[in-house]
Amino acid sequence: MLGRPGAASPAAVSIRDWGWRHAVRTAWAVRHLDLSIAPGERVLLLGPSGAGKSTLIHALAGVLGGDDEGEQEGELLVDGDPPARVRGRSGLVLQDPDSQVILARVGDEVAFGCENIGVPRAEIWHRVRAALHAVGLDLPLGHPTSRLSGGQKQRLALAGVLAMRPGLLLLDEPTANLDPAGVAEVRDAVGRVLDQTGATLVVIEHRVSVWLPLIDRVIVLAPGGGILADGSPEAVLADRGSELAEAGVWVPGRAPQVAPARSIRASGRTLLHASELSVSRQQGVPVQTGLTFSVRERETMAITGPNGAGKSTLALAIAGLLRPEAGSLRAADILRQGAAPEPWSWRSRELLTRIGTVFQDPEHQFLASTVRAELEVGPRALGLPPAETRARIDDVLARLRLTALARANPFTLSGGEKRRLSVATALVTRPRLLVLDEPTFGQDARTWAELVTLLSELREAGTSIVAVSHDREFVDALADDVMELHPVRPVTLAEAGT
Amino acid sequence: MSDTAPPTAAVAVSRPRVNPVTKLFAPIPATVALLLTLDWVSAATALACGLLLLGATGLLNRSAWLRSVPVLIGAPLTGLSMVLYGAPSGTTYWRFGLIHVTEGSVEIGIATCLRVLAIALPAVILFLSIDPTDLADGLAQIVRLPARFVLGALAALRMLSLFADDWRQLELARRARGVADRGRVKRFFGQALALLVLSIRRGSKLSTAMEARGFGSDVRRTWARESSLGGADFVVAILALLVGVIIVSVSVATGSWNVVVGA
Repeated sequence: MLGRPGAASPAAVSIRDWGWRHAVRTAWAVRHLDLSIAPGERVLLLGPSGAGKSTLIHALAGVLGGDDEGEQEGELLVDGDPPARVRGRSGLVLQDPDSQVILARVGDEVAFGCENIGVPRAEIWHRVRAALHAVGLDLPLGHPTSRLSGGQKQRLALAGVLAMRPGLLLLDEPTANLDPAGVAEVRDAVGRVLDQTGATLVVIEHRVSVWLPLIDRVIVLAPGGGILADGSPEAVLADRGSELAEAGVWVPGRAPQVAPARSIRASGRTLLHASELSVSRQQGVPVQTGLTFSVRERETMAITGPNGAGKSTLALAIAGLLRPEAGSLRAADILRQGAAPEPWSWRSRELLTRIGTVFQDPEHQFLASTVRAELEVGPRALGLPPAETRARIDDVLARLRLTALARANPFTLSGGEKRRLSVATALVTRPRLLVLDEPTFGQDARTWAELVTLLSELREAGTSIVAVSHDREFVDALADDVMELHPVRPVTLAEAGT
Repeated sequence: MSDTAPPTAAVAVSRPRVNPVTKLFAPIPATVALLLTLDWVSAATALACGLLLLGATGLLNRSAWLRSVPVLIGAPLTGLSMVLYGAPSGTTYWRFGLIHVTEGSVEIGIATCLRVLAIALPAVILFLSIDPTDLADGLAQIVRLPARFVLGALAALRMLSLFADDWRQLELARRARGVADRGRVKRFFGQALALLVLSIRRGSKLSTAMEARGFGSDVRRTWARESSLGGADFVVAILALLVGVIIVSVSVATGSWNVVVGA
């Protein structure tokens, strides 16, 4: 019994001239869509951002909402029924690990879906155990969900869906926020589950190579409505490869084009030196100790390592935002420009021209109600004259393709636009050192290439960069130095170039 | 529930011996008694009974004391304000402007301090020993509150735990943006608003995740964890009622019963 999540017959999808328009929008998110998916098919859903991939997958899960949420036309059926009427026939896993954990204990979390669809109590716990086993989460049922890693949380979400025994498994970028180990964990768990249940799969993901081993069909949605391409992965990727790459899909064998490799070697002047540095978020609980390294002019240093190794904490300390737990972290004269030696003791305003920080979640650092106002925050704090401010902002807007969005609210931007804006807010005050935390997380290939190009241009122009990243390609494209951190036991850096 | 539970279900998650709903209601008799009268004898009796029972059940540990620090500080302060400003009667000890310390006000002050301790301390300590998930199970299955309401509140409560991290992150981000030097008050409200926006966005994502798992459908919900009342709950309920009776009896017997209703 254990390990068999149980047989639910795979579901069929039939969509006839279907469309959906969100209540607050005038444009249709999806329109005139015709599509059939046979039971047991494994579909990768692609398309440029704004083509309505998420809307479609939410509709298949029956969570688009009723008439007050938007307007529907045509017909979208799972096994002949509207999905909202047969909750539990399809199961959806979303992108953000933190916003889909509902309960405090692992067992209760998995049981939640079963309870909602009225599974008898005695049956629920059988299903919970089988589902946890199937996704490889062999933890006590009372284990706190707050102590799981990102990859574990996503597997937990998968188990919660699996326990409902859906015939249709829906995954909306389930690995976009995970480190490489987490990505593999989740993908392999999905593979096992599909082999056991034979369920139909629809997955959205712009890193095609992650899911290529599992899927047997690729459907590409067209931005205006309808379908751009539909067929076997080989055929679609061969026929439409360049088009897809253009739209930001990571097509295997078509790496995003970035600027040529660095032309100037690092000059070597030290900007910031750390000696026996310990960093912590919580006083007395260091996540890294005994780190000795230098950040040099015109250099890019990448901080890598698994989740929980303290990468972000170190980056925040380097950025002058956290006070070191022990050891020293001192800025050289060329970076200090008259300020005190320790960056953490600088005034907030003094940081602006010296060290800029780009947070992992751009939403944490937005302060204003328009893109332009957002960019005015730094220059105003510095007391720059209005003409200078305007010139700088226009320049940054143009460089980051945000000019058309100058009057938009930062919170309404797409993921890629938010990332570009958060980088822009740091650049507009022209810091000597730029610190970025996972700048390429969840970004499509196009934004990725733009970021890499921009950062290498900045470096050429004299800015130093420290970037926390899981992203192998990003590190390979940019880093002069790589510091690899390991959880608990700190390890010294590997100085690549010296 | 008609069929026999499999062995796996029995060991699923350990259930609390006393139902959280019982714990929630246990302080009520004592509280009602203390709300009816305003004297120090009833308050002292209630406090003594409360500490005795909590001590006997092992709930009066170090962490319970630490977490009741606000009550331990707040109660004497409330008492002090009654000493200084309470209705004057009897001998005057000290007078300074509005401050009027008298025999009567000192007595009211002591009674107030004891009452706050007697009502708040057991309630806080009992409440801290309750697991929110178990309480939700009890409120839905025993008190029969609507499942949507109870589970919605439970999910919201879990989201609260992310608040502290978000707040810290917002603080660091403001420093990085160059706006953390001045306008502390304005910044605080701005940051609070940002936290609200973040939580609403997270909340709407969470509700989608809940809906995707069948929450809010028309199907009659089952409960994976049975919440029921047993012998332990009966004992606790009797003890709670007994404490109420003791408080009233002692207070009346010593002639200190002093009904405030309508006063």
